[in-house]
Amino acid sequence: MKTFRYDRAGDISGAIATLAKERTGVFLAGGTNLVDLMKLGVMQPDVLVDVRRLTSTEIQDLPDGGLRIGAAVTNSELAADRRVRSRYPVLSQAVLAGASGQLRNLATTGGNLLQRTRCVYFYDTTTPCNKREPDTGCSALEGFNFGHAIFGASRHCVATHPSDMAVAMTALDAVVRIQGPGGERELPITELHRLPGHEPQRDTTLEHAELITAVDLPPPGFASNSRYRKVRERASYAFALVSVAAALHVRDDVVRDARIALGGVAHKPWRARRAEDALRGQPAVEESFRAAAQAELEDAAPLRENAYKVTLAGNVMTRMLLDLSVS
Amino acid sequence: MGVEITLRADGRGYRIEVDPRTTLLDALREHLGIYGPKKGCDHGQCGACTILLDGMRVNSCLALAVAHDGAEITTAEGLAAGGELHPMQRSFIARDAFQCGYCTPGQILSAVGMVNEAQAGWPSQVTGDAADGEVPLTDEEISERMSGNLCRCGAYANIVPAIREAAEAGRFW
Repeated sequence: MKTFRYDRAGDISGAIATLAKERTGVFLAGGTNLVDLMKLGVMQPDVLVDVRRLTSTEIQDLPDGGLRIGAAVTNSELAADRRVRSRYPVLSQAVLAGASGQLRNLATTGGNLLQRTRCVYFYDTTTPCNKREPDTGCSALEGFNFGHAIFGASRHCVATHPSDMAVAMTALDAVVRIQGPGGERELPITELHRLPGHEPQRDTTLEHAELITAVDLPPPGFASNSRYRKVRERASYAFALVSVAAALHVRDDVVRDARIALGGVAHKPWRARRAEDALRGQPAVEESFRAAAQAELEDAAPLRENAYKVTLAGNVMTRMLLDLSVS
Repeated sequence: MGVEITLRADGRGYRIEVDPRTTLLDALREHLGIYGPKKGCDHGQCGACTILLDGMRVNSCLALAVAHDGAEITTAEGLAAGGELHPMQRSFIARDAFQCGYCTPGQILSAVGMVNEAQAGWPSQVTGDAADGEVPLTDEEISERMSGNLCRCGAYANIVPAIREAAEAGRFW
């Protein structure tokens, strides 16, 4: 591992001010992804500014009925929270579908959102990768791309975002609270992560030294009828090939509203707005669910090895909506 | 450029100077001479380095020591306080829940942390959302909750009952 300076600021403003001066520095929270990437030489920051003890470890009730999740809340604490489990079951289920018990005890809410892709070429420093080293090429484009994107990729990068938690938060219309050198701002989570375009080295729209301080969940609405389903190569402790987070509101056998997001299919959690639009006002039957899934998948652009994801995503979406329609 | 930190490991206090790159795993093994936590993959994938960090099970290979100044750590050696084996350790022996033994300290620490989590009502992927209070440790729950600990000898068939029986024996930790 390359040497670095470790800095623990006294407060959030101090941490931001410190990092703002260090162009090659990064924030450290739980470290479960960052430390690994540093060991491999994939990330080589000169400075680590430790924010784990600076942001909130609380989950607060908001006046509008939503919840505010402090950035330092661990994945374990988030998944175990009674309010989250009853009002936003999709979020608890998504967090528990990710990583292992030990990792969830270290990993934080803010850090989970900012974890890097698990594309094998990104991790292998002997191969070209535009995300790790811009303008070197994308090895996955013609290489091993069984696990890669079917939506929104570019010729510069076909990697996927690995988080389960972020997929659920995307379906829930979560809002990310950010503090940076320019002050505070709020960002819909759908605008936090970006598609690769010609700058795959940028995973998010955050500017340097901007820090996620919390994630707000809007009032649950029909989110209590929500689920997360993850398909992977083993039953536990593996990243998603395809995952679906969905919430469904059915009344009098008609779909009134739906929220759907897909994981493992794009450079960002993929909000399935076409499927949502196709569902509203339709009878809550399998044909409607299948048609909605098809509407979303029309623009899928699979690579050589991952066409199965199109079929899989359609089937998992359909089955998920069916399950939600009878629960 | 060493950084001075304090750690409390297995009931003893230490003050050490570490390179900022030092993980808790390396601090324990290389600085404190505590060899229970094993370096298997060193990437958070195998669980052989599992310790209790301020009471919670974590992968010590992914935690930088400088970021955990003042932490309280328990390893397999600390579980056997006063030379008497912890019930989980005894259960692993009774059930022959290992072959080569390399993953065993991590399995046992993970199991102890896991039982605490289930008793505190923390859900797993296979627990229903409506469940409240202590989660009964069925074999399905144990397998899911222990998925972060790999055993290349494949002793899982004995690890699961060892943990179940230790957990059923009561609240002894």
